[in-house]
Amino acid sequence: MRIGVVTFPGSLDDRDAQRAVRLAGGEPVALWHGSHDLEGVDAIVLPGGFSYGDYLRCGAIAARSPIMAEVISAANAGMPVLGICNGFQILVEAHLLPGGLIRNDHGDFICRDQVLRVENASTAWTNGFHEGQQITIPLKNGEGGFIVDAETLKRIEGEGQVAFRYLGVNPNGSLDDIAGLTNARGNVVGLMPHPEHASEAGFGPDTPAAMRSGVDGLTFFTSVLSHTLASA
Amino acid sequence: MPTIVVDVMPKAELLDPAGKAVAGALHRLGKAEFSAVRIGKRFELTVDGEVTDALLAEARELAAEMLSNSVIEDVVAVTVVEPVETPR
Repeated sequence: MRIGVVTFPGSLDDRDAQRAVRLAGGEPVALWHGSHDLEGVDAIVLPGGFSYGDYLRCGAIAARSPIMAEVISAANAGMPVLGICNGFQILVEAHLLPGGLIRNDHGDFICRDQVLRVENASTAWTNGFHEGQQITIPLKNGEGGFIVDAETLKRIEGEGQVAFRYLGVNPNGSLDDIAGLTNARGNVVGLMPHPEHASEAGFGPDTPAAMRSGVDGLTFFTSVLSHTLASA
Repeated sequence: MPTIVVDVMPKAELLDPAGKAVAGALHRLGKAEFSAVRIGKRFELTVDGEVTDALLAEARELAAEMLSNSVIEDVVAVTVVEPVETPR
């Protein structure tokens, strides 16, 4: 199973995402923003970082890069696509997910181990969770405030497109505590927290069992592997 | 060379944390007469040659589709600024 990870100018967590793919049992494939070649991958990760220095708007310039033309048509044809943090911002700028992400309401960059509730466990990237499951995933962003117009909010809430919600603390002022979304088909998922940073014991968030032992993020990557196997 | 100027502002109903931070600084400086600050963006598109209607239409489209994101921002003005003649 080949999972592509796109590197944009300013991507930071592309190598971490590749590592998470490997830990889950997949074969990571490095993809380049300036290319039009998806190299035959079965799924795509848009990683975190600060593509183009967040110039114009977060993710706006990356969303118009050459490879995104291919990512958009593959996503529309059903290929699983996961956007993490800046990758989520790229997905909304590419109109693959609704809404927008603005500066955190309190104005500060925030970095914490964030508890989330899985609201939709039937997407390509969440089928290994169960609905309502609480997971802990590191969060690190300055512009993670999710906003959308009232009508669209009502629609995505009603149609199960809210994939994750912040629990305990809303770290950035996101509407309805929304941490992540899926599209109607369930193949495109975007979220601000970083599942690739919770994919190996010893390097993840703290758990009651042991320091840094949290691996809830690994399930994103094992989910897409079983989804792709099932649909093959 | 003429310039097409595009002004973009965050939507009025949205919180503008950057503007709020500046307003806070003004307040601390005792400038109480300025009660709020909002921060937007100004793009200056330099044009090689004449600004035709078609080019202006293209700039308006760019302003709506790329220079702003209609979910969070409004394009408040697209104007053509001719260069000022400098006396020789």
